[in-house]
Amino acid sequence: MAVLTERATARPAPVRNTRRIAVAAIVAGWLVLWLILRGHQTLELGTSDLTSLHRWFNDFNDAIGADRNSNPLFLYFFNEIRLVIDNLVTFFQGLISQPSFGRPVPAIGWLGVVAIAGYASWALGNLRVAALAVGGFVFFGLQGLWQESMDTLALTLSAVFVSLLIGIPIGVWAGLSSRVNRLVTPVLDFMQTMPTFVYLAPLTLFFLIGPASATIATLIYATPPAVRITAHAIRSVPHTTVEAAESLGSTRRQTLTKVLLPMAKRTIVLGVNQTIMAALSMVTIAALIDAPGLGKTVVKALETLDVGVAFNAGLAIVVMAIVLDRVTTAASVRAEVAGRASRNSVRRRRAGLVGAGVVTAVCVWLSYTYVWASQFPEGAGLGDDIARTADSVTRWAQSNLSGATNGLRDAMTTALLNPFEDVLTGSPWWLVGAVLVALGAVLGGWRAGATAAVCVALIVASGLWRDSMTTLASSLVATVIVMALGVVVGVWMGRSAMADRLIRPVLDAGQTMPAFVYLVPFLALFGATRFTAIVAAIVYAAPVTMKIIADGIRGVPETAVEAATAAGSSTWQTITKVQLPMARKSLTLATNQGLIYVLSMVVVGGLVGAGALGYDVVAGFSQGQLYGKGLAAGLAIVLLGVMFDRITQAAAQRAAGAPSGR
Amino acid sequence: MVTGRRPAGRFAALAGAAALALVVSGCGGAKVGGSSDSTGGGKGKCGTFNLAVNPWVGYEANAAVIAYVAEKDLGCKVTKKDLKEEVAWQGFGTGEVDAVVENWGHDDLKKKYIDQQKTAVSAGETGNTGVIGWYVPPWMAKKYPDITDSKNLNKYADLFKTSESSGKGQLLDGDPSFVTNDGALVKNLKLDYKVVYAGSEAALIQAFRQAEAKKTPVIGYFYEPQWLFSELKLTKVDLPKYTDGCDSVPDKVACDYPGYLLDKVVSKKFSTSGSPAFDLVKKFEWTNEDQNLVAKYIAQDKMSPEAAAKKWVDANRTKVKSWLP
Amino acid sequence: MPPARRDGSGDRAPVVSVRGLWKVFGPKADRVPDTPELCGLSRRDLMDRTGCTAAVRDVSFDVSPGEVFVVMGLSGSGKSTLVRCLTRLIEPTTGEIVFEGEDIRAADEKRLRELRRHKFSMVFQHFGLLPHRRVLDNVSYGLEIRGTGRAERTRRAQEVVELVGLAGYEHSYPDQLSGGMQQRVGLARALAGDPDVLFFDEPFSALDPLIRRDMQNEVIRLHHEVGKTMVFITHDLSEALKLGDRILIMRDGRMVQCGTGDELVGAPADDYVKEFVRDVPRSHVLTLRWIMRPVRPEDALDGPELGPDVVVREATSAVLAADRPLKVVEEGKLLGIVGNEEILAVVAGTGGGE
Repeated sequence: MAVLTERATARPAPVRNTRRIAVAAIVAGWLVLWLILRGHQTLELGTSDLTSLHRWFNDFNDAIGADRNSNPLFLYFFNEIRLVIDNLVTFFQGLISQPSFGRPVPAIGWLGVVAIAGYASWALGNLRVAALAVGGFVFFGLQGLWQESMDTLALTLSAVFVSLLIGIPIGVWAGLSSRVNRLVTPVLDFMQTMPTFVYLAPLTLFFLIGPASATIATLIYATPPAVRITAHAIRSVPHTTVEAAESLGSTRRQTLTKVLLPMAKRTIVLGVNQTIMAALSMVTIAALIDAPGLGKTVVKALETLDVGVAFNAGLAIVVMAIVLDRVTTAASVRAEVAGRASRNSVRRRRAGLVGAGVVTAVCVWLSYTYVWASQFPEGAGLGDDIARTADSVTRWAQSNLSGATNGLRDAMTTALLNPFEDVLTGSPWWLVGAVLVALGAVLGGWRAGATAAVCVALIVASGLWRDSMTTLASSLVATVIVMALGVVVGVWMGRSAMADRLIRPVLDAGQTMPAFVYLVPFLALFGATRFTAIVAAIVYAAPVTMKIIADGIRGVPETAVEAATAAGSSTWQTITKVQLPMARKSLTLATNQGLIYVLSMVVVGGLVGAGALGYDVVAGFSQGQLYGKGLAAGLAIVLLGVMFDRITQAAAQRAAGAPSGR
Repeated sequence: MVTGRRPAGRFAALAGAAALALVVSGCGGAKVGGSSDSTGGGKGKCGTFNLAVNPWVGYEANAAVIAYVAEKDLGCKVTKKDLKEEVAWQGFGTGEVDAVVENWGHDDLKKKYIDQQKTAVSAGETGNTGVIGWYVPPWMAKKYPDITDSKNLNKYADLFKTSESSGKGQLLDGDPSFVTNDGALVKNLKLDYKVVYAGSEAALIQAFRQAEAKKTPVIGYFYEPQWLFSELKLTKVDLPKYTDGCDSVPDKVACDYPGYLLDKVVSKKFSTSGSPAFDLVKKFEWTNEDQNLVAKYIAQDKMSPEAAAKKWVDANRTKVKSWLP
Repeated sequence: MPPARRDGSGDRAPVVSVRGLWKVFGPKADRVPDTPELCGLSRRDLMDRTGCTAAVRDVSFDVSPGEVFVVMGLSGSGKSTLVRCLTRLIEPTTGEIVFEGEDIRAADEKRLRELRRHKFSMVFQHFGLLPHRRVLDNVSYGLEIRGTGRAERTRRAQEVVELVGLAGYEHSYPDQLSGGMQQRVGLARALAGDPDVLFFDEPFSALDPLIRRDMQNEVIRLHHEVGKTMVFITHDLSEALKLGDRILIMRDGRMVQCGTGDELVGAPADDYVKEFVRDVPRSHVLTLRWIMRPVRPEDALDGPELGPDVVVREATSAVLAADRPLKVVEEGKLLGIVGNEEILAVVAGTGGGE
């Protein structure tokens, strides 16, 4: 491989050309063979048909269920974990959301919580985010969702706490040892792409119905970012600094505590931030196993298609996400500059914090003692207004836009989706498999090709080949649209700080607004179709790609842009010939993340007419006899994700040039 | 000590003043726990009653009324748990769920939990009958009166073409929670249709609503009792009549779905606990009209389940009496 | 190269003594130094044959107490790897490293840490400072980790900070300082533990020329003041000539030549070294020893006298001013004669040396 990469760097242009020709040849060959062989060996499986693997999964699941009351693993291991986590969540709930300690109200009422939120935001961040936090928390109360929000907060905080407790040490370890990193990475991929629906029901067998299961479901999804970002932070500490510390005779522990951790602190805080976001995105799904909070409101509202109420609750989740995001971001900046300020301003800040601490303590005491400070005054009614507005906007859109939206849907479906799906699902499985492996090998090298081969084999073994290809077709179309949007908006944001400031909150909302909220209007606009699923996936995935591409554009050195301008480039030329090519690394990362995010919406797509793997997973969650098939479908989604992740990453690495020998 | 000059001192003084002001102004209100408002709370023998709430409005109506009666008349402490069916049944075994109060068939779950694991027992029927079948929106039934016979469906297949149905008529299937024979039905009745999986109840409801509002054609799998019927009277399409055992081989099904006598299931432990709540669940019985009314209160009038239950119970005292010990 | 003295007689015993040192990166690196056939291969051939890169190949030298020993080579010549092998920041593949009579390669982890804490320290090209600590805390880091009390380490750090001319910046953070100042912090940090030997890994190559010159002078000053033994890595020949008592030239991991500056310029071992030193102003480096000619009968022997180690540049005006050739005398013995002709040949760059 070393020889291969060397050649690649030595003569990049011709190699890239041959690669392009090879890809074109593979695709052309595929199309020809498809025309000849279409409809043969497509491995179709009926909706309620099962393979022996699916039945085996079913039996396995049943065996666990039948065994649970006698198995010592359950009695002593899982029960202990459950008790600890249950107590943790119940403690938080008792503090801020649920009647506790023999009182009809929680220990700390709304005034106290608002004061603490503001105080903590100031202490960890700055005054601006403190104001934001106070405003956000009061907003929950005005929405009429105080208790629900606090339940969600309690659950999220517990899940994040446990995630970090597990994630940061593992992340540090993975940052120190590339062996551990290699071992951990596939596990993390699995945790992030395996649809929650698949493990939600079994979780309640292990940890019973209640806060523990909800917390664990959340942390399975929320821990990976903490691990990845911590590992990345540790690995990005400059080697010289570590070497310098070693050359002075630091022990390994001293290097870790005095050099690596302090220098990685800022990035690790960003990991905390991502963990919080991931945890919040699980709120609605966890509600399906009785997790208290805003998710329940959303799910209940969905039963009666009450968009207004669902939107109100969804908005609370978005606000909570934005508050927590901005506070943790400010905290990471503070982690960097802490103690840098002049002595005088430090003293002033300290005095201010002491004063604010006193005020906070008084507020907490008031909220403990008096009813008015404990229960948020009712009748603010902002929630009703929000719900009504959302309702009427939705109704207007449904009755006035559906003509246009149906046209768009039909055009996209016939022009892009159907042909693509026909080729993928109509070709014999071995042909598509061979094409995927060949593309992997050409674009990413033999290692990526081998990964693709293994993934293809496992997908065939899952018995869901045909469904996987249908899902793959929709996912690729969604990714293409996501990338197109990402480039347009990302470039705009990257070039204009103003645009960035305006768009970013919208993107945050797109990422954290529960899909269940916007599915109902989307269903009205586009019907129960694959296209609806694609639109939902775009809403969720486009923000990430936009953010990454904007970052990449901003990362292009000023001098390069200056040189282009000096040479007389037009804006268009500067973008296409300088900024986009130089941001190529970000573009690849954006494609990669875009596809992974699209895949994580496959299950949601199954709820609105996408069928295929998403529907298999949902049906497996709802019907006992389809459980095994749902699990297999979940695994197929993971495999699709892993395959494309490895190919795009390998391709990106090759495009960026060979890594240095040493 | 405080000089008043140093900014630090000023801040502290300011904060102290603010705190004092807060204390003074705040001391007016009522104190927590000042008035004893002991709502609920077990009056002895009933104790806690864990009631599963499956995610559809009809179920919610049953649960709301049972919970209301259990709390008000029996003094139970009712804990409602929002769960999907599969998870709720699992709860029988782990002791976390006492009762499921509207069950649609689920022979597989019955076999697993009642016959094999013996953690659950049946607690009789609810009095509601469930109907599953194919439905069209009212305007279509009016405009194409003969569409309600499945024999005529091929005639209208063109109407139901969509972007999803690859040239055939689209039969919108649905909620993944329900067992469907539609694939086999289409094949065995030789219909020129393709089954498209909407994937959720919300998707089905929205499809019917939009179809009626825009007068566009749609045909799909649906069921009664369902709160949507109080807004939209969908018309059922008649499939070949159901006879005993005509659906025993899944691949060969060519007949309508059977009517379901909806029933209640409780955990074995709950059934032998002697709790009055168990007697209530066992005796609970009402009509489709009753359920539809409460469901309407919840879904359309946007009442909370508790308020809806209170309204119905207050108006139907005699019926409720018959459920009590 | 002076022969290795291993009898430990007085202060002439080398502080650092290296014998047959190899560092090979790659799979099964151990076999390379042991296989004579592989030893002879060029780097490129070795890579193709075994997938290994030999960064350091069979290097031996001694460093005397108080000496400034410079290792010089272009990038990729293995010099940075070499200096890291000396302190085992990189584990050598084979060879012997003796530090003050102790075999470094035999030291266990604990002993190695002791040595790093007390006996030698290093200054890095990219400084390697801790951005979250103030200058004073950076300088006292080494003392902190070896358990020195706070008061004592602050006192010592303050002392060193003043020594390197950073007084007044104790409470700044590294990113508030210029590159030159940052490297002073690196220098202070290395000096704080009062080590016997300082290793410098291209410490000034990231700095601009003016600052670099200042820092070089700083090192010379410190060497005079504290008299530490120094091993200095650089890719800059003029820096090597300016600082080094002796210079080792490396190419492709091998040592090409080791000697004093005038030896390198006056008697390059091969074409590589010759090419290297071509642009060096010879008059600045060569001493009279290198350009004197034997006494001819017709020479007038009443001209001025100078020692053989006087640099040509310093002798130029004396020679040109005198109307007779200059006598090179060592311990009363006449070694040779330097006339206008010889001087001009050197200054004009046309000859001298061989």
